[in-house]
Amino acid sequence: MSSQEKPKVSRRLFATSGASAAAAWVLTACGPKRLHEVPRDRLRTALQEMERKYSERTGKDVKVSGAGPLPGVEFAYGLDISRCIGCRRCVYACTEENNQSRDPQIHWIKVLSMEKEKGVDFSHADPYYHPATVPQEGHFYVPVACQQCKNPPCTKVCPTGATWSEPDGIVVIDYDWCIGCRYCMAACPYGARHFNWAEPVLPTDVVNPNTHYLGNRPRPKGVVEKCTFCIQRTRAGKYPSCVEVCPVGARKFGNLLDKDSEIRYIIEHKRVLVLKEELNTVPRFFYFYAT
Amino acid sequence: MRTILLFSQFTRGSAKLILRGPRSYWAWLAFLALLIISGALAYSAQVRTGLALSAMRDQVSWGFYIGNFTFLVGVAAAAVILVIPAYIYDWKPIREIVIYGELLAISAIVMCLLFVLVDIGRPDRFWHLIPPFGYLNFPQSILAWDVLVLNLYFVINFVVATHILYRAFHGKKYAKRLVVPLVLFSIPMAVGIHTVTAFLYNGLAARPYWNSSILAPQFLASAFCSGPAILLVVLQLLRKFTRFEIQDQAIWKIAELMAYAMFLNLFLHGAEAFKEFYSDTEHLLYTKYWYVGLGDHRTLVPYAWSAVALNLIAFGLFIVPAARRHWLTLNIGCLATYAGVYIEKGMGLIIPGLTPDTLGEIYEYYPTFTELRVAAGVFAIGFLLFTIMLKVAVPISLGEFVRAPHRLAAQDAETEAFTPSAAGA
Repeated sequence: MSSQEKPKVSRRLFATSGASAAAAWVLTACGPKRLHEVPRDRLRTALQEMERKYSERTGKDVKVSGAGPLPGVEFAYGLDISRCIGCRRCVYACTEENNQSRDPQIHWIKVLSMEKEKGVDFSHADPYYHPATVPQEGHFYVPVACQQCKNPPCTKVCPTGATWSEPDGIVVIDYDWCIGCRYCMAACPYGARHFNWAEPVLPTDVVNPNTHYLGNRPRPKGVVEKCTFCIQRTRAGKYPSCVEVCPVGARKFGNLLDKDSEIRYIIEHKRVLVLKEELNTVPRFFYFYAT
Repeated sequence: MRTILLFSQFTRGSAKLILRGPRSYWAWLAFLALLIISGALAYSAQVRTGLALSAMRDQVSWGFYIGNFTFLVGVAAAAVILVIPAYIYDWKPIREIVIYGELLAISAIVMCLLFVLVDIGRPDRFWHLIPPFGYLNFPQSILAWDVLVLNLYFVINFVVATHILYRAFHGKKYAKRLVVPLVLFSIPMAVGIHTVTAFLYNGLAARPYWNSSILAPQFLASAFCSGPAILLVVLQLLRKFTRFEIQDQAIWKIAELMAYAMFLNLFLHGAEAFKEFYSDTEHLLYTKYWYVGLGDHRTLVPYAWSAVALNLIAFGLFIVPAARRHWLTLNIGCLATYAGVYIEKGMGLIIPGLTPDTLGEIYEYYPTFTELRVAAGVFAIGFLLFTIMLKVAVPISLGEFVRAPHRLAAQDAETEAFTPSAAGA
């Protein structure tokens, strides 16, 4: 009997393992594809695939980090309006760091020139100022990028869930899942979201090979992108590149949950404001007057 | 077997109807085909190069496509203005023509979905919206709501219209148990699609021009003008070119309803303009850009005032009984309504909502030739669909196109013969 049962069992085993293999294959193929819900082990394979693709295209050894948020960290930004001289070095440092398209040009930071008489007033702001030297008499400057809101109007409206808030406060986009409907751009009160209206042109000699899958990896045509607080740097313990490049030290960055951080000192001791406070977006980007 | 036979008879008969027509019919089809080809070429260039071929940019990130989409949601919703009196008040003269309202709604929804498709940057990823393959951010995203209600509304109208026509083709009355609940349900659905579409814009605090609670009622009011305006013209054409009889009374009644809707539309616009201009806050900029322009930026001003003028003319013509009963003034009124609402929604809703942008920059958007060609192509697809559906629906309603009784007589006898034994078993 036992010799007769044996093949029976093994047939069942064969069928079960075959079925589970098929189920596993189906789950892998049809399972979650949004980077938002992909499990860590599958993420690793996805990142390797990205690295291979980008390295092939750029001829550089492109690294795609999958670094997750650190526990006990919530990033926040401080910008000293009284110091900013409107030199736009941050704009170009950002472009180089984050692999934005050079043609058409995409800038994640927009520096607005404002009249001292009018105060912070967008209807009189000029993003295209070009005097021989800055700062210009009677003007001050308000650089604007993604405000990494705690109550972001942009993520809420996304029909495919392709953009979301990370636990460390960074609002990110899955470039492989975005369908390019641009609803988030209509919803953002800060003009922080930018669309790839054409195939982004990124010459290989300017590619920054140190990337993050939710940040500065190369983007395709037809998707939205935005500032991520340089997620590839800040999750590795570095400052965002705009903070490093600022010649007057107007830009501050740190952990909101760390009582001894510089950003906490600024919020507790300086005159701080957020843009469009009445919209209740609760930005993690604070403007302040240090002097 | 019988069903298959009937259905094949229906499709072959329909194909014959569609392929037969006078020269003017073929000229019309050729014209539409030309527009569709031109639109397809423009769209394929847009897919290859990207939306850079449109005039849209980061500052004005939605434009002509989304404006047309919004307008057509209104047209689709307007079928309800015919359904309400026909089914609730059992007003017969309108009941006969409800079916055409539904066919119009079907065509309009198809155009709506196409306008969204041509607007998105990654049309290859549209399946990301469809669970279980994709993910629909419901209920957070109003766009997810819109996807659901538009498709549901499409299905309801499609089922009702095809059911009524198919039954009429068989020489039978439609199944009341199916049609009446669906038609009654389509009333809140029609209000729903336009309300949800209004909420799409309404919910964005970043855009003060849209973030006004008057938006949804105003959408409905304007929709109840533009949809019937198209229908009235179509019904008159049908009356002229086919044996189809539509009572004058029905047409006048619709025109009268349009007058009330237009009054509401103008009133709500006036209320909004008053609030903006009198309170004179920083939010006035957008309304100002539409009506008077901002400095040298006056691209939209002629559109604004032509929309106001056309709407006023339409209101005047429809509110005076003698004018809406005279065929010339009636048609001028229809065209004025259609054009007025089209300008108001196509150019006046989206563009001023985004100009100036959230950081105060004024980028003057004006659709490019690519956008115009693609839009014309989408409209041509919609009109082609509507034409073909009418070509089949009109003979059915007239009783000219019904199943051939002789060919199925044997089949009928067979079925009857089998029935007792089937019951016995």
